[in-house]
Amino acid sequence: MKVALFVPCYVRAVSPQVAEACLKLLRHLGVDAEIPDSQTCCGQPMANAGYEADTAALKRRFEKIFESYDTIVGPSSSCVTFVRDHYGDAFKGRIWEICEYLHDVVKPTALPGRFPHKVSLHNSCHGVRMMGLSSPSEQNIPYYNKLRDLLSLIDGIEVVESERPDECCGFGGLFSVEESAISVKMGQDRVQRHLATGAEYITAADSSCLMHQAGIIAAEKLPIKTLHITEILACGL
Amino acid sequence: MRKIDYAKVDWQDETLWLVRGKRDRLAKAIPEWEALRDAASRLKLYSNSHLPELLEQFEAKATAAGAVVHWAKDAREYREIIGGLLTGHGVKRFVKSKSMLSEECGLVPYLESLGIEAIETDLGERIIQLMGTSPSHIVLPAIHVKREEVGRLFEKEMGTEPGNADPTYLTHAARRNLREKFLTADAGMTGANFAVASTGEVVVCTNEGNADMGTSIPKLQIAAFGIDKIVPDRESLGVFTRLLARTATGQPVTTYTTMYSAPREGSEFHIVIVDNGRSRILADREHFRLLNCLRCGGCMNTCPVYRRIGGYAYSYFIPGPVGINLGVMADAKRYRDNLSACSLCASCSSLCPAKVDLADQIYKARQHTHASAKKALMSKGMGLVMARPWTLEAALCAGQAGMKALKACGVKWGKGRELPDIASRKSYKKLRDDK
Repeated sequence: MKVALFVPCYVRAVSPQVAEACLKLLRHLGVDAEIPDSQTCCGQPMANAGYEADTAALKRRFEKIFESYDTIVGPSSSCVTFVRDHYGDAFKGRIWEICEYLHDVVKPTALPGRFPHKVSLHNSCHGVRMMGLSSPSEQNIPYYNKLRDLLSLIDGIEVVESERPDECCGFGGLFSVEESAISVKMGQDRVQRHLATGAEYITAADSSCLMHQAGIIAAEKLPIKTLHITEILACGL
Repeated sequence: MRKIDYAKVDWQDETLWLVRGKRDRLAKAIPEWEALRDAASRLKLYSNSHLPELLEQFEAKATAAGAVVHWAKDAREYREIIGGLLTGHGVKRFVKSKSMLSEECGLVPYLESLGIEAIETDLGERIIQLMGTSPSHIVLPAIHVKREEVGRLFEKEMGTEPGNADPTYLTHAARRNLREKFLTADAGMTGANFAVASTGEVVVCTNEGNADMGTSIPKLQIAAFGIDKIVPDRESLGVFTRLLARTATGQPVTTYTTMYSAPREGSEFHIVIVDNGRSRILADREHFRLLNCLRCGGCMNTCPVYRRIGGYAYSYFIPGPVGINLGVMADAKRYRDNLSACSLCASCSSLCPAKVDLADQIYKARQHTHASAKKALMSKGMGLVMARPWTLEAALCAGQAGMKALKACGVKWGKGRELPDIASRKSYKKLRDDK
């Protein structure tokens, strides 16, 4: 049974290497994955801005593209939660964020590759608070972090979490345009906290948060880089 | 687009984060914390769906204890009932403790128009009143004011030493100044954090003892609260008092938790129960959980946007996540601009002690309160580009060169952030075809 890789629009636009890393990872772990044609966008940016009604056509396209797949996996907790929560029941139990899928379904016990670097985990809002990829800092529940669990399979890596480990970086889709002064300030603060850990890389399950933080890193020429978590997990493939 | 006050932003953010940190330490010291939040949420949903019987039970108990209960359907009735009581008793000087309901209903300006001196006795509220402004936070009304500013204000208003901004010194000065007002006031008023249906008690939680001072001396005592403050009984009250101060200020409990029922001997106790739009919130499918709100301010302290812009950046008198939603319910057209002050991070929903679905409500409210033509255009444009794969590819193709050109011209994604590079089409196509 083929597994479909859902490639969100901004992954296609600014970081297609993330899709490549996902394919490599899934195939290495024995999952027969492919990228269905004609994908564009799930509609989340418009819906979060208040225009969910404009996304009806995108929803129909999405349903058609993925209708023949029982399992859909995508490298974005934000987009996956959006589809899961706003597309009706058709996608419940069928669509997974890739870390969630690897951690809960595939359950790899080893991954090849060595990444001898200090990496600061960016626990993205939708991943933490809507998908449960890690324990939200607001709540009194035992600590867990699925991203950290997966990264621990990579040799040589040192994983750290910054102060305020799941504070929003300020991307927020159209929020980053409409309230750009607040968005940039939040991003600067977030990047500074990642830097303060002494990490060389920021990693996350969401390329969107990373794209925004990379923009700030570039503007301030800061000594830290961003990498999507699948790029690290696939470093030996 | 809202602006950032760069001179104050880090100080304000750190100050509020400190409160969040204190709250976290206390919340994490209680093993049953999440069960308490669940209980609070369910109790509120129960109370708010049994308002007629609980409110009438409260009225019967309070009346039997000797209080007089008044009902106000809106802000005007609230003002007129209180104004009528005060003028009827010949009140010239009136002291009140902190009450967001009084802000909501414009009580102080109304009383001043009747020639009554109305004095805020909560220290933060007093600072705000002397400054002639309004609270920027519902629990910490003067959180945006630096102590040096308070020093200058008190120097002018109370004759404190020039240049002395020591918090203890200034607090003592305010206390002396207020003491005289307490002793000479003709009436005292409180809001309520809770009202207990089974006993007819009004519960007021404060740290400064000002509510107790203000209600212990005058012959006329008034307590006013919204219908959503009702809780069934003392057992359920215990759930809320365990959550309230911990979430609000990171204290195990407020210094004073006073339960008022009967009037003091020789004095009168009037209780005003107010709707002012709460029934409408209760009837709203998307927003009814707003009535769960304890007004603890926890959502403000955790909100990464609020911490960076402060309360005055919002047009509604209650700021932050809960204020965004309350504003929409009060007057969607007038207050919809606040909806953009949210990145949908949902930290508020994750922290709220009574589990108000704050972020979900903001998402839903955005769907039918479109404020910005620019955003509508961006959304439509994005919809067109994403409608077909070839339009997306064409846009990306143009975007690849376009983004480079923009960056070469120094165009940024907001001041302080570079635009991303668009990846080439070839790399993605090869990947997709590689089945």
